[in-house]
Amino acid sequence: MAAVQETVDHVKSLDVTEYKYGFVSNIESEKSPKGLSEETVRFISAKKNEPAWLTEWRLDAYRRWLTMPSPDWSRVNHPPIDYQDLYYYSAPKSTPGPKSIDDVDPELLRVYEKLGIPLREQELLAGVQTSKVAVDAVFDSVSVATTFKTELAKFGVIFCSFSEAVHNHPELVKKYLGSVVPVTDNYFATLNSAVFSDGSFVYIPPGVRCPMELSTYFRINEPNTGQFERTLIVADKGAYVSYLEGCTAPKRDENQLHAAVVELVALEDAEIKYSTVQNWYPGDADGKGGIYNFVTKRGDCREDNAKISWTQVETGSAITWKYPSCILRGDNSRGEFYSIAISNGKQQVDSGTKMVHLGKNTTSRIISKGIAAGRSDNTYRGLVSAHRKATNARNFTNCDSLLIGEHCGAHTVPYIEAKTATAVFEHEATTSKISEDQLFYCRQRGLSGEEATALIVNGFVRDVLQQLPMEFAVEAQKLIAISLEGSVG
Amino acid sequence: MLEVKNLHVEIDGKKILDGLNLTVRDGEVAAIMGPNGSGKSTLSYVIAGRSDYEVTEGEVLLDGENILEIEPEERAAKGIFLAFQYPVEIPGVATMTFLKASLNAQRKARGDADLSTPDFMRLVRAAAASLEVNPDMMKRPLNVGFSGGEKKRMEILQMALLEPRLGLLDETDSGLDIDALRIVANGVNALRAANRGFLVITHYQRLLDYIKPDVVHIMSKGRIIKTGTAELALELEKNGYRDYVADAA
Ligand SMILES: Nc1ncnc2c1ncn2[C@@H]1O[C@H](COP(=O)(O)OP(=O)(O)OP(=O)(O)O)[C@@H](O)[C@H]1O
Ligand SMILES: [Mg+2]
Repeated sequence: MAAVQETVDHVKSLDVTEYKYGFVSNIESEKSPKGLSEETVRFISAKKNEPAWLTEWRLDAYRRWLTMPSPDWSRVNHPPIDYQDLYYYSAPKSTPGPKSIDDVDPELLRVYEKLGIPLREQELLAGVQTSKVAVDAVFDSVSVATTFKTELAKFGVIFCSFSEAVHNHPELVKKYLGSVVPVTDNYFATLNSAVFSDGSFVYIPPGVRCPMELSTYFRINEPNTGQFERTLIVADKGAYVSYLEGCTAPKRDENQLHAAVVELVALEDAEIKYSTVQNWYPGDADGKGGIYNFVTKRGDCREDNAKISWTQVETGSAITWKYPSCILRGDNSRGEFYSIAISNGKQQVDSGTKMVHLGKNTTSRIISKGIAAGRSDNTYRGLVSAHRKATNARNFTNCDSLLIGEHCGAHTVPYIEAKTATAVFEHEATTSKISEDQLFYCRQRGLSGEEATALIVNGFVRDVLQQLPMEFAVEAQKLIAISLEGSVG
Repeated sequence: MLEVKNLHVEIDGKKILDGLNLTVRDGEVAAIMGPNGSGKSTLSYVIAGRSDYEVTEGEVLLDGENILEIEPEERAAKGIFLAFQYPVEIPGVATMTFLKASLNAQRKARGDADLSTPDFMRLVRAAAASLEVNPDMMKRPLNVGFSGGEKKRMEILQMALLEPRLGLLDETDSGLDIDALRIVANGVNALRAANRGFLVITHYQRLLDYIKPDVVHIMSKGRIIKTGTAELALELEKNGYRDYVADAA
């Protein structure tokens, strides 16, 4: 893969000593009162002009959340979060709601340019990208721009901010919201249900192959602000869509909470490919600051022959707690999970997947590559289960861990439950280190220690990188190199 | 071009090189022979800059400059190339990718621009053809699943591509079949040049039948104990190390 060379080139051209997305933008914002209460929930709902049913839905979630204990089963440690010390809604003042791109505050457009995400369609078209990518940009709590909307509409594809969908497509939102991740699913999902601010909504009509990659960029700018986005993607019968999510945040000393919910629904013969390049601010080398990334992502292969595939490149966040999962309900449906999770410094990653086989002849595949450097901790946690009726369920799992240095940890925690004797589950796991021999060999040929490490790591994750859309594979490789900065020597 | 002066090297407190002196001149092929464990590989590693070895005394000069203080990649950029006795596997990294990354890293260190992909491909194809390496092999991850002989051949291919100032060949002949030995030796001979030197570590005369050395050194217990012409290797082949090693003890 020639792209590996590009990584090395990119490493050279980048200022790798800094988290390059760590700048703060001065954009005036409008916030909800600090803290969480029924009033906060009503404030958010009112800001968005939501119908009564949704306000009630949120309040119901809030009341249930109050009765839930915060989870303690994962391998991550953090001081208790003071939920009353956060802002739950923040919007750039000049942008009361999504409008035409020409109305977007030029300062905001510059922020996204700085992030390498041009929002102006003509720039996208004139740019070097070989294929078009439609972008929805979410800044703190609101979506500020969605590109290529009209072109997508020609195909009947709906791609807009969640708030917009609530107004323009209420029947779809009502039908699918919470149908994959129930309101009471888990502590953070319930919290999200109460206070979610914005996110993306996608609907692909029957038989339509979405003509371009869809993509959302999330940016947390305000301090002390939680980001609670909500994404819902529905692929109707025989539809196909590939979707990518990217995230960044400024460097701040205090931790910031990000608790998103993503729901995917694939109907008969439909396919959804969901890719994430997660690069939230990880905190500094001593573990100060950084994002707490507590995310619930789940896909439902609701009908026969549906397919859902998760690909993730996780390099950021102080703590990542994330298990993109597939419910394989339809017969012959298929779930895939490809993951690269990199931790450095004092980052903690507890991530993995659940493949829940309910239908007949369902198959799933899990390829997880964990890379731990510095003093970080990297855990793969996965569940593969087959229901009594899931005859001939098949899973293949491969978990590889790579350790860089002496002070990091990698752990693999697989759970397997088969209630049918016809299920065949295979599990492979390896743990390896970048050896001195490998490093010396590369350096003897002229590569620096860092270039050598990036090259070896890119080799280690190659199977997964190949799953990413081409444009993003290159970006992911850059990120891998940057996030390993300081891990050598 | 290469001068090793009074080199003392230890690993974990154990003395391995013990006041070694050696010179390789421009255009010269110098062979080093010596019993197992005498420190031949150690010498090549120390010249290339491997870090587990502690140099307690002495100097290694390349064109008059002491290179012991600089990093292995800087030495590589200055033209030191080591063909490893045991080449290392790099899983998932295509051989082609690795070669391009190496070549461009060295070019960059020397202030040259990256080679364009077509130019690079031309060079690689030529090198592969001269060493009779199947181009398909260049797509495979470097050294992974390569046979012993294939790995050695790939080392020489890399040398041909990187065009070093000094080639250190550590038992490149071991693991090669008869035909491969001839191909690899021809590859080395084709690289012989007035501004290039070689230090060829070997146990067997047969390699030196193909690569005619200008000088042969015998090494024992971390020192060069005898230096002679190509005849010396033939003598060794007949009588073994007995005569020389006894002297040194
Ligand atoms: N990492 C190490 N730790 C301990 N001892 C070492 C290490 N590397 C080399 N040695 C010792 O140093 C001595 C010289 O080893 P070296 O590999 O240089 O020998 P050599 O001349 O290349 O032998 P051969 O002909 O078998 O390749 C040996 O006794 C070896 O065991
Ligand atoms: Mg040796």
